[in-house]
Amino acid sequence: MARKKNRLSSEINAGSMADIAFLLLIFFLVTTTINVDTGISLLLPPMPEETMEEPPPIKERNILKVLVNSNNQLLVEGKLMEVKDLRSTTKEFLTNPNNDPELPASTTKAVISLKNDRGTSYNTYISVQNELKAAYREVRDESSTKMFGKPYEDLDNDKQKEIREIHPQKISEAEPEDIGGGN
Amino acid sequence: MSKFKKKSGDKSPGINTASLPDIVFMLLFFFMVTTVLRETTLKVKVTTPFATEVQKLEKKSLVSYIYIGKPTEPDRFGTQSRIQLNDVFAEPNDIASFIILEREKVDERLVTQMTTSIRADKETKMGIVTDVKQELRKINSLKINYSTKKGDIRD
Repeated sequence: MARKKNRLSSEINAGSMADIAFLLLIFFLVTTTINVDTGISLLLPPMPEETMEEPPPIKERNILKVLVNSNNQLLVEGKLMEVKDLRSTTKEFLTNPNNDPELPASTTKAVISLKNDRGTSYNTYISVQNELKAAYREVRDESSTKMFGKPYEDLDNDKQKEIREIHPQKISEAEPEDIGGGN
Repeated sequence: MSKFKKKSGDKSPGINTASLPDIVFMLLFFFMVTTVLRETTLKVKVTTPFATEVQKLEKKSLVSYIYIGKPTEPDRFGTQSRIQLNDVFAEPNDIASFIILEREKVDERLVTQMTTSIRADKETKMGIVTDVKQELRKINSLKINYSTKKGDIRD
């Protein structure tokens, strides 16, 4: 019995290895932040140059005017609206299913004009942006399913480009007004 | 009766812990690889809003962050929404120099792919966000990303 004990102790004691590893593990556990950064991406328009000529006028029927005031209320084409209804309205505007002469003839020409107040909350602004983007995504998905039998995301680059040309995402943001007292 | 009785001299073998370090090391390496040590200490409180149409921000080295929110220490810095760049509070006109510095850090060919991530608190007013956007337009840094969490917008 005694001899066996002696032989055991002649090995390197790795018992503390776990402790050391645990210590390091806990350190990294505490410092780690697994944050996959997600967000709504968009491209800002470049600053207008002074020499630039006036942009050509856009027909009234091709514009969807979205206004957000400092009380986070939404005005779409002159009508008060809830954020939850914005997506379906935008989709109707983009696709024009009933060939309404008040709505654009094709999505290629459709422009969404978004204007907010300096006092609008960021949360509302993001919700509105999100709904507009969602409307575009749904419209693109629908026509890509019709044309290629697959949703837009699963298409290869050429086909995605084709869809993008039919439904270009034109969200124009006007300079905000300062009515509701921003900052 | 005595058939099942343990011999008094026999010790229970004990759980073999030899593989424990291996398991722990595996976990350790996982966390070492995934860990992102925070470079900046946030001086503003940022709770990003929810959105469903989110995209992942790739190539972290090409992303510069602008934080907007209310200071975490209202006694010292007030309750007005402020902009934070790196470790300090900033004014909108500091953004240009901040972006230029960020551009110098990356390869010239990749400058066009640089994205500015705006991490604003959801209670921020659009006024300050617009000022930031205007500054970014002035310096021709047009790719932006509004940082949001994935989730229903009404949450």
